[in-house]
Amino acid sequence: MSDTVDVLIIGAGASGAAAAWSLAETRMRIVCLEQGDWPRSDRYASTTRDWEARRMGEFAYSPNTRRAAADYPVNDDDSPIKIANYNAVGGATVLFTAHFPRFHPSDFRVRSLDGVADDWPIDYQTLEPFYAENDRMMGVSGLAGDPAYPPKTCVLPPLALGRSGETLARGFNALGWHWWPSDNATASRDYEGRARCINLGNCGGGCAQGAKASTDITYWPAAVRAGVEVRTGCRVSEIRCSDAGRATGAVYFDADGVERFQAAEVVILAANGVGTPRLLLNSVSRAFPDGLANSSGLVGRNLMFHPCAVITGVFDAPQDGQRGPDNWLWSHEFYETDPARGFVRGYILEANRGAGPAQSALAGLSSGQVTLGADHHASLRRVFDHTVGLVAITEDLPEEHNRVTLDPVLTDAHGVPAPKITYRISDNSRRMLDHAVARAGEALRAAGAHTVRDVTPLATGGWHLMGTARMGNDPARSVVNAWGRSHDVKNLFIIDGSVFVTSAGVNPTCTIQALALYVADQIKARLASLFD
Amino acid sequence: MTAFTDRDLDILRRLAGRMIPASAEYGVPGADDEAIFADIVRTLAPAAGTLSPLPARLADAEPDAADPALRPILTAVMLCYYRDDRVLVSLGVEPRPPFPKGFEVEEGDWSLLDPVRARPRLWRDAGRM
Repeated sequence: MSDTVDVLIIGAGASGAAAAWSLAETRMRIVCLEQGDWPRSDRYASTTRDWEARRMGEFAYSPNTRRAAADYPVNDDDSPIKIANYNAVGGATVLFTAHFPRFHPSDFRVRSLDGVADDWPIDYQTLEPFYAENDRMMGVSGLAGDPAYPPKTCVLPPLALGRSGETLARGFNALGWHWWPSDNATASRDYEGRARCINLGNCGGGCAQGAKASTDITYWPAAVRAGVEVRTGCRVSEIRCSDAGRATGAVYFDADGVERFQAAEVVILAANGVGTPRLLLNSVSRAFPDGLANSSGLVGRNLMFHPCAVITGVFDAPQDGQRGPDNWLWSHEFYETDPARGFVRGYILEANRGAGPAQSALAGLSSGQVTLGADHHASLRRVFDHTVGLVAITEDLPEEHNRVTLDPVLTDAHGVPAPKITYRISDNSRRMLDHAVARAGEALRAAGAHTVRDVTPLATGGWHLMGTARMGNDPARSVVNAWGRSHDVKNLFIIDGSVFVTSAGVNPTCTIQALALYVADQIKARLASLFD
Repeated sequence: MTAFTDRDLDILRRLAGRMIPASAEYGVPGADDEAIFADIVRTLAPAAGTLSPLPARLADAEPDAADPALRPILTAVMLCYYRDDRVLVSLGVEPRPPFPKGFEVEEGDWSLLDPVRARPRLWRDAGRM
């Protein structure tokens, strides 16, 4: 098919779904190209006895481990944090834990407030209505009144505290620290055709219950009903551009491996903070010899993860084990900047359930808490169902040397260059991680943990991919403008985590989707003059 | 596809049995139990080409969990051992997949939030752009 569509969206994950749904009301012809397929919830890990093994294989976070047909390889050898993603309709929301914190107002003004990085060209209030709209579409559980946030309403009641939550709450209370039930895009009650959470645990292996708001069961059904076409198994290799500097459409390989071209009036990139710069850098033309939309030279630069630490405590009393949503409680005690801590910006601590028996054994063997041989059974029983964790998600500040480039050798199955990651954890992040590990250990001990261990940094924690096509008002210092349109290419928009100016210290999906809705709203409001 | 030799299987079984021996105290088999070991061999079969021939030292040495060479075997042993019905029951775990039955999680004591509710706000007012 080569007839021209009005809007071509590349990527059917968190942001592509939200934008498609929002734009569908315009009755424009909208096509989304997705390299993966529709997920099958009846095949998710928790439906079979070998669910722990499948979490490490076909549902592994790393595409280099999964090596599925939908995946492209990533050269992340030069990064202490490895890339995590998922390629399917729903994207990474199929495997995410649905932890759904908004940014704080201060996250948009880091230069003004803390003298580092850059302010965003938009603020919290700009995104607030889109956060709320996204909460309704995703069905977010939570509790109003959190003193860490400006007032907001919650769509569904909070997820249950459970034994593990009570344990952590008592620890935080003993220290006088903030905690609150998390905003989580897992339905605590039946909601909009989705059944309530039944505590399968194992959210990262896909939610067979359909309680977790992956976009294949939230935005996409509504968008498809409204006329949006999703073409699966279609891997985009480049975006073509006219000599006049307009995007003309995308070249892609269809499910049969046939190379095709889809012409479009507007192209929207929603391929995540690694996939989007990969495509832009691979889209070379006379008008853009250094990659599409890259006159600033910033495409691929300023890659931000959230360097993470996992701190676990072992308790005498039984806890919830792996039963229940993975993340259901947070502490923002150390979120806002305090210069006395020795670093700028801050981090969130989020509660983390225990693991299944095999994962408990493997983690315990790595940490030395579980042994091999005669004492194996006793040592395993000390940690299994007796462990609760905290994950520290630290704010990663933008640095141009942290970047995505095209690998000169490695390619995907269609010969498209793979992304190459070059990344270092900054001194500020390391100080923040040290602080977080120490504070989380205090909280766990105050909660009664007799043993505390940490994994720092979490090498497999490259879930949050941000900053590689940043937003800004200055075309020399940013890739897209304040409403997601490329400075260079007037009919090219970017709506995924690439546009983040800074990373904040919380999971980004909620903000990625709010931004996608905001950009879609701007497109709708400016249709008459969209390319001016 | 390369398969394990009889020699490999003998080494592997002895190694698995030393990693997780049977326990009368907990009423569980070892990882060298016939059914569990068969599961381990099936799981490792795709990697036989890279693992075989297994080094003779693995036959009698005490297994070291930190030995990178042991990692794939260690992982397979743990994944297979901890999905055996007898082992799961001994841990108090129902031998079934999580879905569709799910699990109960207690609602918890929400009065624990009272001191947090009483706190002043933590967020900073950042003004408007």
